[in-house]
Amino acid sequence: MQIKENGTEYDVCVVGSGAGGGMAAKVLTEAGAKVVMLEAGPTFNSAEGDMFKWPYQSPRRGASTHRPFGEFDAAYGGWEIDGEPYTTVSGTEFDWFRSRMLGGRTNHWGRISLRFGPKDFQRRSVDGLGDNWPITYEDIKPYYDKVDRLVGVFGVNFPKELGLDNEPDGIFLPPPKPRAYELMVKKACDPMGIPVLPSRLSILTQPHNGRAACHYCSQCNRGCSTYSNFSSPPVLITPAQNTGNLTLITNAMAREVLTNEEGLATGVSYVNKEDGLDYTVKAKVVVLAASSCETARLMLNSKSSRHPNGLGNSSGMVGKYLMDSTGASYAGLFPQLTDRFRYNEDGIGGMHMYVPWWIDNMKAKLDFPRGYHIEIYGGMGMPGYGFGGGIHRYNTWFKNGQTSNGGGGYGKQLKEDYRYYYGSMVGFSGRGEPVAREDNYCEIDPNQLDQWGIPVLRFHYKWSDYEVKQAKHMVDTFEEIIHEMGGKPLWQKPGADTDYGLLAPGRIIHEVGVARMGKDPKKAPVNEYCQSYDCKNLFVADGASFVTNADKNPTWTILALSMRTAEYIVDQRKKANI
Amino acid sequence: MEHNSNKINRRDSLKWMGVASLAGITWACDTQETTETAQEEHQHATDDSLKLSEADQKLMNQQFFTDEEMKTIRVLSDIIIPADDRSGSATDAGVPEFIEFMMKDQPRHQTGMRGGLHWLNVQCNKQFGKPFPDCSEEEQTNMLDQIAYPEMARPEMSVGVNFFNNFRDFVATGFFTSKMGIEDLGYQGNRATVWQGSPQEVLDKLNVSYDMVKEYKFVN
Repeated sequence: MQIKENGTEYDVCVVGSGAGGGMAAKVLTEAGAKVVMLEAGPTFNSAEGDMFKWPYQSPRRGASTHRPFGEFDAAYGGWEIDGEPYTTVSGTEFDWFRSRMLGGRTNHWGRISLRFGPKDFQRRSVDGLGDNWPITYEDIKPYYDKVDRLVGVFGVNFPKELGLDNEPDGIFLPPPKPRAYELMVKKACDPMGIPVLPSRLSILTQPHNGRAACHYCSQCNRGCSTYSNFSSPPVLITPAQNTGNLTLITNAMAREVLTNEEGLATGVSYVNKEDGLDYTVKAKVVVLAASSCETARLMLNSKSSRHPNGLGNSSGMVGKYLMDSTGASYAGLFPQLTDRFRYNEDGIGGMHMYVPWWIDNMKAKLDFPRGYHIEIYGGMGMPGYGFGGGIHRYNTWFKNGQTSNGGGGYGKQLKEDYRYYYGSMVGFSGRGEPVAREDNYCEIDPNQLDQWGIPVLRFHYKWSDYEVKQAKHMVDTFEEIIHEMGGKPLWQKPGADTDYGLLAPGRIIHEVGVARMGKDPKKAPVNEYCQSYDCKNLFVADGASFVTNADKNPTWTILALSMRTAEYIVDQRKKANI
Repeated sequence: MEHNSNKINRRDSLKWMGVASLAGITWACDTQETTETAQEEHQHATDDSLKLSEADQKLMNQQFFTDEEMKTIRVLSDIIIPADDRSGSATDAGVPEFIEFMMKDQPRHQTGMRGGLHWLNVQCNKQFGKPFPDCSEEEQTNMLDQIAYPEMARPEMSVGVNFFNNFRDFVATGFFTSKMGIEDLGYQGNRATVWQGSPQEVLDKLNVSYDMVKEYKFVN
């Protein structure tokens, strides 16, 4: 097959346009580098998304037939993509979410923007498990500060007397006032010693860097028409394009990183999804930010005589130490929230209050080493597909024995019940830190190709007892909070038979690791600047370099690390080291 | 604030109107407009009309339920959500057409739904000598009382209970995601606004207040 070569040699080729790729492109182009960016999906502008759409504007009323988070969600893709399979080793599980579009998963994410804290970079020193990062919080703090200023995030610095010393201060816009039911949660949690605090989300509560303030429609996941939340295209890629130094190629599925006889990267080959033909672009530096596992896949598929195990994989560690956050949820109905006074409770597209991890696992002698944060949901949201489902399980509750036949029914009383229970649910989701393990990994499946002829990933991932016990602690805690609030759990508490409701790995979509940073090239594929030990002009700029996956969502750290890596590339180019 | 995301082009709109009137659907427009001019006026007057992709249009053009089955679905839907002094009935809100669409959109529902309707008619034939739609109101109520209350139902009715739970859920979603249903529910959002906190009377009723978080400075 003929491969079409682009004659231009760019300074840098960035693979991926999400948080990591977008930030790298912005920093590099603003420093004057000529950058070509490859994105595996089409272009996307959130100004043309489905914000403000009513369910009745679609015949499926927003059902998740084609998109896992509902029809109006911004993500093109999901856990399954036609023609782009992956496999799992039997007896293990991993569900791999991919969003093939400009901006990737930043288009629909929850905007929960948490810095990793000092302990998060030194977990081995705290509990003896896994490894420390080769950097400390102080190394990355200046970049978090710059990300806060550039992107915009609301929140508050927590009072020191709370002792939450692993939840760093930030540079915050003022947060929105809590919703009434969130104050109910706080009231119940205060005596339990659980801190309910203003959340931290990258949604603008004030105009910021030329972007408008939030208009409180609560639909961040659909993409914002006024760019009032963070997604990569308007905040990172547009400024990169405005420098005149960015060449963006969409529908370009990267196949492998090309190298020369010396083992250095010379560019990237990709298949153009529109014409099905293969192309190459040449670049002096290659930055992989394709989403952690896709980055590992590219490295492993880029084999050559100089890199027989895949590019940058002399350690054999590419693909290893894959991590997703843990997740378990529980929800209740609350009598004081029935028959509610109606008002617009939408607020921002997420929680106004949350709970950071509040316990010292070692001091408290918990039987699991790592923490989790709690996300709170509820309210009188826009009715969507699934509204009213399962009412037969609860429409006798809080009625003082007025229903004689038990739950269910039909007719005028049932119709009244839907109104009565609307907005009476409050739920809790735990998102926790797993312990990194070498035997949680992805590798190339020797027997399967995707539709572009690219070998696919095979996953091998199992939760350990640490994560299962953590999930038990989550649902036990949520049950206590629900009772303390005077409510009733909506379903039976998940038990040992279901690992306490612990979701399958990959379900929280916080995949990180697989090309972790470290001081020892035998144990880690990249150094602290996310630079390959084996191929000095190859970098990773997504979550692949993470050594741990803290009890905080990874995006803010991806942004900070990518900025740091891009500045390092500029510096190294100036010194002619690469 | 102006938002353009809900615009739909005229041809799509007319295509949809045509299908809608054929199917007797009233969810896209409140009254059955018949002339193109009237439809155009309606189109200009509203920005939240139904939007159909080509693929969805194809699904709309297919028919899954038989006319007999649709008859049963209409009767059942209105028994589950009847009109009352606040809003219309399930069929007024286009619920049967929504259920029909979902069968084609998510075919995994087809067997259970068709089987359930069949089961219902067989039961009615056994007990009253005629299929469900032909039964008197009293007989229909009698039948539904045997499957509408899971805790009270006899064990041999369990498949009927499951079917009815599922059907009830479809009707609820169909009704409360319609324009009529959303208005009935009193949902106030999906519009540009400035969040200034929950109203005082709501806070008072829940026995909470913003004094609980007075150490933090909030926007607005």
